[in-house]
Amino acid sequence: MPDKKEDIRIGVFLCHCGSNIAGYLDMEELDEYSRKLPHVTFVQRNLYTCSEGGINEIKKGIKEENLNRVVVASCTPRTHEPLFRSSCGEAGLNPYLFEMVNIRDQCSWVHMKEQEAGTTKAEDLIRMGVAKAALLEPQEPIMSKVERRALVIGGGIAGMTTSLALANRGYEVVLIEREESLGGMLNNLNKLGPTMTDAGALADEKIRAVTGHPNITVFTKAKVTEARGFIGKYNVDIETESGVTVIDIGVIVVSTGGRAFVPEGLYGYDGKCVVTQLEMEQLLKDGLDADIKNVVMIQCVGSRNEERPYCSRICCQTAVKNAMLIREQNPDAKVSILYRDMQMYGVENEEMFRDSKAKGVRYINYDPANPPQVEPDKVRVYHPLFGRDMDLPADLVVLSTPVVSQEGAEETSQLLRVPIDENGFFLEGHVKLKPLDFATDGVYLCGSARFPANIRETVAQGLGAASRASIPLAKGSVVVEPIISVLADEDACRGCGLCVALCPYGALEIRTTEKGRKVHVIDVACKGCGVCAATCYQHALSINSFTDGQIEAQIEAFLD
Amino acid sequence: MLDVGRHPNIELLAYSEVEKVEGEAGNFKVTVRRKARYVEEDRCTGCGACAEKCPTAVPDAFNEGMGYRSAIYSYFAQGIPSTHTIDADQCRQLNGKKCGICAKTCQAEAINFDQKDRILELNVGGIIIAAGYDVFDPSLIPEYRYREITNVVTAIEFERLLSASGPTGGHLDRPSDRAVEAEIAGLDKKAEKSQKALSKLEEKFNEPSDQFYKKYQAGEYKDDEDHKKWADKYAAHLTVTEPLEELKKKARGFTVAKRLAFIQCVGSRDFRFHPFCSGYCCMHSIKEAIIAQEHEPETTSTIFGMDIRAIGKGFEEYKIRGGNNSNITYVRGRIAEITEGPNHNPVVTYEDTRERKVKNQEFDMVVLATACAPIKGIRTLAKTVGVELDKYNFIKTSSLSPVDTTTPGIFVCGCAESPMDVPESVAQASSAAERAAEIAFQSELEKEKAVA
Repeated sequence: MPDKKEDIRIGVFLCHCGSNIAGYLDMEELDEYSRKLPHVTFVQRNLYTCSEGGINEIKKGIKEENLNRVVVASCTPRTHEPLFRSSCGEAGLNPYLFEMVNIRDQCSWVHMKEQEAGTTKAEDLIRMGVAKAALLEPQEPIMSKVERRALVIGGGIAGMTTSLALANRGYEVVLIEREESLGGMLNNLNKLGPTMTDAGALADEKIRAVTGHPNITVFTKAKVTEARGFIGKYNVDIETESGVTVIDIGVIVVSTGGRAFVPEGLYGYDGKCVVTQLEMEQLLKDGLDADIKNVVMIQCVGSRNEERPYCSRICCQTAVKNAMLIREQNPDAKVSILYRDMQMYGVENEEMFRDSKAKGVRYINYDPANPPQVEPDKVRVYHPLFGRDMDLPADLVVLSTPVVSQEGAEETSQLLRVPIDENGFFLEGHVKLKPLDFATDGVYLCGSARFPANIRETVAQGLGAASRASIPLAKGSVVVEPIISVLADEDACRGCGLCVALCPYGALEIRTTEKGRKVHVIDVACKGCGVCAATCYQHALSINSFTDGQIEAQIEAFLD
Repeated sequence: MLDVGRHPNIELLAYSEVEKVEGEAGNFKVTVRRKARYVEEDRCTGCGACAEKCPTAVPDAFNEGMGYRSAIYSYFAQGIPSTHTIDADQCRQLNGKKCGICAKTCQAEAINFDQKDRILELNVGGIIIAAGYDVFDPSLIPEYRYREITNVVTAIEFERLLSASGPTGGHLDRPSDRAVEAEIAGLDKKAEKSQKALSKLEEKFNEPSDQFYKKYQAGEYKDDEDHKKWADKYAAHLTVTEPLEELKKKARGFTVAKRLAFIQCVGSRDFRFHPFCSGYCCMHSIKEAIIAQEHEPETTSTIFGMDIRAIGKGFEEYKIRGGNNSNITYVRGRIAEITEGPNHNPVVTYEDTRERKVKNQEFDMVVLATACAPIKGIRTLAKTVGVELDKYNFIKTSSLSPVDTTTPGIFVCGCAESPMDVPESVAQASSAAERAAEIAFQSELEKEKAVA
């Protein structure tokens, strides 16, 4: 509990957020209101509290007004709490004596048309924030060492690229591949668009580099069966035919790739006359039968529908590439691509698309409400420009099926405690700003495990994931936010283990102590989500900066 | 941005240009010109007091010229660094006129009219080009009549109109209506001035001007100097107030734009300009249409495109949600032309390829999804840094080395390499950082070997 005699001096900084807040709330009223709250000795408004000028004002307030608690009423802590916290720290105030109140997302944005009610709500939130701030206690960040070794799961082009990049920077890499040999999807592909690079040759080259690299240890026919620990201090079991190897790991990269959807029961798929693009790759590799003169490709087979709503990004480019390769092998062959939207985004794809038209590949748009009909030796499709059905002769029908999530993705997700999305792909920390990180620190992702990607994108992401993963490796230690669970009342804990079962991050364990079975918090693994504290019927666990006392004070302030 | 500004390992040289690059991977010597801001960076607190007092109004480039900033300015409110800059072309003091108001206002004494460009030499191991892109100028496409029809805007202009910190505070006021509002404001000022002069006369003769004027015209007043002056003044006043009332009446009928058209592939996938696909514009238009509908629930949007390329994670789902919940109609077709209908409404003529019909449709506003063009100075930059460009003038790379330029030790990421969206740019930035770090590590290793 804070010393009651301590002179608590709270500074409240009200951010206008340009006109995002000030355009909808009565800032003057909030200013006057805040001044009257208990312990508040200083109130200031800023156009942008997050600007360099605004930050300097906070620092000035701490130094000149002797503030020992800071409340910023502005936007969302998701984006700005770290900034304000560290700014307090820079001015000599313990960063955890800071509280943030969200009067933008929760007031001005959702109550744009109700200025008065929005302002009253902002007053409520500020009052609650101030009540909590008065009870805040200083915290110290938690530091932990990082094992300078990376685990890369999946030995396709993504995983091999990541492994080589990390190894070239001097870090030890353990690369795990489920299959007998490295290479992943490359092993099943013919040529890679748009450069028509030979996939097999590229795989060989990369495999040679990986297996020959002194910093990389490869385990094939292997799988991770257990991953204990947390960023910097993972301890994993790797199972191979020759037994289980236990290795200490600092960071983990997930590069498990995806697989092609098999269109059982769609468009007469039989693997012979009606094949997938992946099977087409093999046919081209083996050399196309000379009597194949008419080929029809159908796009979006099993994707962009109710069951699988996403566009799989790379199937159009694959179709265009294979259409050109078919014409190269059988120059007389007619190739038609039946499509919904040709997803030839960017510079290279669009160029390949144009090339293919110049080389005689035909394109017919179809409406998913009136899809093509595959019949023996022909495909019937409604041609929107002619306004009638057309019969296209077909010796071979090629179905462009989506990349779907890898077999076992769910298992991997549970093993590493990282999420997957509704389509079974791994879910990154932020779809825009953290595409290669997971929300869990120390675990990263790249390639088609994240979302279908072509060769260029996969290589770029492989390098990018290596970059992200190398940050803790380079630093050699991690500093973790101390807003975590603590066993505040050891005597109260009965060691029942309910919290351990519920913790989503594996941050709790039961240990036998002198006082009997007690829960232990692995502080670096704890994310401070609060599930344990909320569950514990003995109130033995507490979350720093979210103690029962602080939350009760907020509730009381709300009811005032 | 703020993270970059605050990071202890990042030295940020904003408002600077690279003039020369020498050396090789692991050991480059880079000459940088730090352009004069006429503001001392270490003193300026970014408070903005100078900009408030500056008497010179300049069209605001950040708001696509749809608003004004001062001659001393920060590019935008949350910009990093927050250091202000004097626009040397516009500043009165720097152009020999008497002013210096900013210097008098600045409490930090940061203004320095004598500041000169400074040349800096840096030793670096690797170089990353992240120079971005330029928005294609759609006035090059005559059939879209951008700049002729005021309610035809670019996607970026539309973005500023939607923004709470933009020139309309987030209201979709039509540019034609904004022009009228600006005219009203101008006339209001004029009318106020002439009314002031009239008030003095009214006081002197103790009679309202309109009454006097009627009588004067009826010949009830002597034609003396004073009366004639008053009558002339009043007549002049009427030439302002009459059109002003007209305009005000018109302005009362203004509403925000509710019928929107988005035109895709403006300058992209077009042999006359940029044959490539700009990649992000389909999603940008969908996002803008969804946000516009959030602002004003009655808004309907039509997106005209050849293919709607919703190719990223969650994009197709977002596109469908836009259609179901945000009144977006997707029309497959290319626009033949845009003409101006009544009330400055743009009229779009297009072929609906599904119905095989040429149609006309009237909108309140048309948004052009402009191409992602290579930056204007890309050739100079490429020459200075010493890298090759591809045939579209993006920095040349290859698909197996997606961030390596043609020169070892120099890397590229983002739209300088080719058009891409935010997540791809972020991922590529990490890739470029990785490659640069590899170079740094390898060259350290070699140095160590050389020593040993």
